[in-house]
Amino acid sequence: MKTILLDALTIAGKDLKGELRSKQTIGMMLVFSALVIIIFSFAFDPTSNTVKAIIPGLVWVITIFAGILGLNRSFVSELENHCLTGLRTAPIDPSSIYLGKVLANFSLVTSVQLISIPVLFLLFGYRFTGSYLWFCCIVICGTIGFIIVGTFLAALAANAKNSEMLLPVLLLPLISPLLIAGVQATRIVLESLEITDAISWLKLMIAYDFLFLAVCFLLFEYIMEES
Amino acid sequence: MMKEMADMLEIKNLTKVLADKLVLKNITLTLNKGEVLAVIGPNGAGKSTFFKCVVGLLQPSSGDISFAGRQLTKKSLIAKRKIGFLGHESYLYSSLSSVENLLFYGKLYKVNHLEEKIPLLLKEVGLHLFKDVPIRSFSRGMIQRLSIARVLLSEPEILMLDEPHTGLDQEAVALLNRIILSKKAAGISIILISHDFEQVHKLADRVAVLKSGRIIDTLTMGEESNLYEMKEWYEKVVTEG
Repeated sequence: MKTILLDALTIAGKDLKGELRSKQTIGMMLVFSALVIIIFSFAFDPTSNTVKAIIPGLVWVITIFAGILGLNRSFVSELENHCLTGLRTAPIDPSSIYLGKVLANFSLVTSVQLISIPVLFLLFGYRFTGSYLWFCCIVICGTIGFIIVGTFLAALAANAKNSEMLLPVLLLPLISPLLIAGVQATRIVLESLEITDAISWLKLMIAYDFLFLAVCFLLFEYIMEES
Repeated sequence: MMKEMADMLEIKNLTKVLADKLVLKNITLTLNKGEVLAVIGPNGAGKSTFFKCVVGLLQPSSGDISFAGRQLTKKSLIAKRKIGFLGHESYLYSSLSSVENLLFYGKLYKVNHLEEKIPLLLKEVGLHLFKDVPIRSFSRGMIQRLSIARVLLSEPEILMLDEPHTGLDQEAVALLNRIILSKKAAGISIILISHDFEQVHKLADRVAVLKSGRIIDTLTMGEESNLYEMKEWYEKVVTEG
C-alpha cells in the first residue's frame, strides 16, 4: 500500500507540475467559474432573499461543471505520445495511476473552489453566518466523492471518440445522490439551521465516498487493460 | 538448471485472440542471456501484439511466458522492472524536460541514484545539452534518443525494441547500434522487431520470421552470414510459409 501511495504521489506530482507550468486547465476552470458567478449575479438580484436559496446550488454548480473540464483533461493528456501505455508498462500497480489522478484532480478542483467560493459570496454580498468547519467538511466530502467517480469515468471515457461529451452523460446521473446531499447539507449550514440534519447528509456523503473509492480502486485495472 | 539460467525469456505456446481473430498462434521462443533475437515479418503478422503480450500490455489468451524461470503474470512487478520496452511511441511528456521525464520514470521504476545516472545517460544518448528543454521542441530523432535513455534508466535485463531505428538519422542509428551491442556485451538479452534488414544483419544473433501469427522459421546468424543470403532466406520462407 505504501508503494501504491508513493507511486500515486509521483504521478500526481507530475500532473501538477505540468499544470503549474501551462496553467491551461486551471485557467479554463477559473474562467468558467467566473462566468457562472457573473451570469447568475445578473440573473438574480443580489439584494433579494432569493440569493440565500441559490448560493448552495451555485457552490456545487461551479464545483461540478468546472471540475468536469479538469477531469476531461486528466486522461486525455496521457494519450499524447501514448504516455498511458508508458505508465501501464511501468512496474506499478494500476491503482496507483488512479489514485495519482484522484489526488491531482482533487488539488485542482480545491484550488478553484478556494478562489471561486469567496468570490461568489463577495459578488452576491452574502454574509457567512454558519459554521466554517462544517461548511468545509461538507464541501471537501462532496468534492472527494465527485473526483473519485469522475476520475474513474474520465479514464473510461478517455479512449472514446467524444470523451468530452461522454463524461458528463455518464457522470451526472451517478453523482446525483452526492449532489443532492451536498446541496442540502450546504443549505443547512449556510442558513445556520439545526446541524444534526446536515450531519445526516454528511454521513450519506461519507458512505458514498468510501463505497465508490473501493469500487473504483478495484475496477480501475480492468479499464486499463486492452482487449 | 544450467538451461534455466541461460534462458532469460521463455515463451511457450503463446496464443492471442483479438476480436475473434487468432492473432498469435502457439508461439514458442526462447531468448538466451546476452542474445539479440530479431523478429521480422510482413506487416500485420502480429509482431507488435507479440511484444505487447510479453510486456504485459495485453493478456495472452493462452500459453506461458517465463522470465528467468519465473512465470510472468499481471502482478509480476519485479519482472516488469527488469524488462525495458521501447515501443512505436515515446511515452514521454511533451510539457516536461528530458531530465523531468527521466526523473518521473526513474521514480516509478524505483531506480536508485537517479541524480547521478540521468546526466550520464543523457550524455550517452547525446542530449546533455538539451536536458532542461521541454521536449515538445525536440525532433523525432531526439525524442527517440530520449526514449532509449528512458528504457535504459532502469538497467533492464531484457530489452524489447519495437522498430527502434525508425525515423533516426545515420548518426543516431550508429549510436543506437553502439548501445545495443554494448548492452549485449554486458549480458543483456534483446528482442528486436525491425523491417530494416541491414540493422538486423548487423545486430542479431538469431532471426525469427513471424507470419500470420506463427513463427515459421528461425535462422542463426554466423560470422560469415551475409545480408544478401539473409534477404533471400526471408523471401523464400515468407513465400512458402
